[in-house]
Amino acid sequence: METISNVIGFLPALIKATPLTLLLTAVAGVFGLAIGTLVALARLSTRRILSMPAYVFTFAFRGTPLLVQIYLVYYGLGQVLPGTWVRHSFLWPYLRDGLWYAIFALSLNQAAYNAEVIRGAIKAIPGGQIEAAKSIGMRSSLILRRITLPQALRSCLPVLTGDLIILLKTTSLASTITILEVMGTARMLQRQSLLIFEPLIAAGIIYFTVVFILTRVMNVVEKRLTRYRTAKA
Amino acid sequence: MVATALSVKNIHKSFGSVEVLKGVSFEARSGDVISLIGSSGSGKSTLLRCINYLETPDEGEISVSGEVIRTLKGKDGKLVAADKRQLEHIRTRLGMVFQSFNLWSHKTILENIIEGPMHVLGMTRKDAVGEAEVLMEKVGITPKRDHYPNQLSGGQQQRAAIARALAMKPDVMLFDEPTSALDPELVNEVLLVIKKLAEEGRTMVMVTHEMSLAREISSEVIFLHKGLVEERGAPSQVMRDPKSARLRQFLQMA
Repeated sequence: METISNVIGFLPALIKATPLTLLLTAVAGVFGLAIGTLVALARLSTRRILSMPAYVFTFAFRGTPLLVQIYLVYYGLGQVLPGTWVRHSFLWPYLRDGLWYAIFALSLNQAAYNAEVIRGAIKAIPGGQIEAAKSIGMRSSLILRRITLPQALRSCLPVLTGDLIILLKTTSLASTITILEVMGTARMLQRQSLLIFEPLIAAGIIYFTVVFILTRVMNVVEKRLTRYRTAKA
Repeated sequence: MVATALSVKNIHKSFGSVEVLKGVSFEARSGDVISLIGSSGSGKSTLLRCINYLETPDEGEISVSGEVIRTLKGKDGKLVAADKRQLEHIRTRLGMVFQSFNLWSHKTILENIIEGPMHVLGMTRKDAVGEAEVLMEKVGITPKRDHYPNQLSGGQQQRAAIARALAMKPDVMLFDEPTSALDPELVNEVLLVIKKLAEEGRTMVMVTHEMSLAREISSEVIFLHKGLVEERGAPSQVMRDPKSARLRQFLQMA
């Protein structure tokens, strides 16, 4: 009984930290999608000067643990940047905050995973639809914007949604570089209360609830955007 | 004098070591309907695809309403389009209808038809929709305007694809076996639309296996065999009284 009331007691502090978790997810999600799309296009390019770096990028970020990436960015950039002009620029007050390093690492990691998914979806578009676009005189940038990407992104939406939910939970790693999002706050509560499980259980409840809501929302979005595949005659 | 709508000169095309077209020429004056016939592998579809450079010919020249598609010789001695923008512009004047329809599956029928007029020709949505409505009426697809391609039968999809091509107001329509992917009972509705276009005096080049259609609407029938023109002429002559033994054999089988 006491456990339950302890867990409930921790919830307000964790709810206060939830916007930061959502912010990390949203920002890294948006950047991850944008950069991931560019990387996917680069990988599909026939020019090796584009496809090779994109390949190395996805391979590196998918081949190493995110925690390693976060540490490398935080301690690595954190060591290098003070020795440069950045130290004296207006950016510095912001760059001292671990949040930016977390967003940076999470975005690139998400981009690498999204890139592979989007690349597959682009390749799966029937060639005939591209030919039809060419045949009416569409230039390649227009075909990309009007035909290829809208279809590719919709068709891989379920996988992208899955990756977004994984990202939401992965933002908990940001707690390792001093960020007080939900997980960071839970660890702080552990230290303050000397209770081990209760703050974690409370954090679990928060993550579960957010994931539940996000899944529901994305289900609706998915249904709307992929009507063209499910609509009945 | 009737203007030349399309001129195809000495087209060569190889895929790897296989020479598919060995120098084919023909001309379509405005209002002509030219049928390309021949057995599979004769090069007729490749020839049609060379006209709008979906396949780049290795050698030869295409001109549409007097404008030649400008080319350069690539490193391997084969042609490449010299000016992408010019090619894109010429493509707007060549409407193409594919065997497998190739409608954009994430767009409704109306959206498929207005896509080119709006985003390539720069028409306003209002104007594009107005013209699309006329075209949908013409091909009999109006009730399906807000449906997606996968909700339509093959015949309906092909009629929508014809409307999409017509929406660009092309000088020449290219048909690549427009009824070959259709169930037999759906062939006729598409043939009727094609006949209607021929009666309107549209310039058309079509690859077809529908011999009765070719006989009925063509001004010229061209029989291709192994990448060369084996026989050509008015359908009344070519199809009733073929000179070449191969064409005779082909017509008996068809």
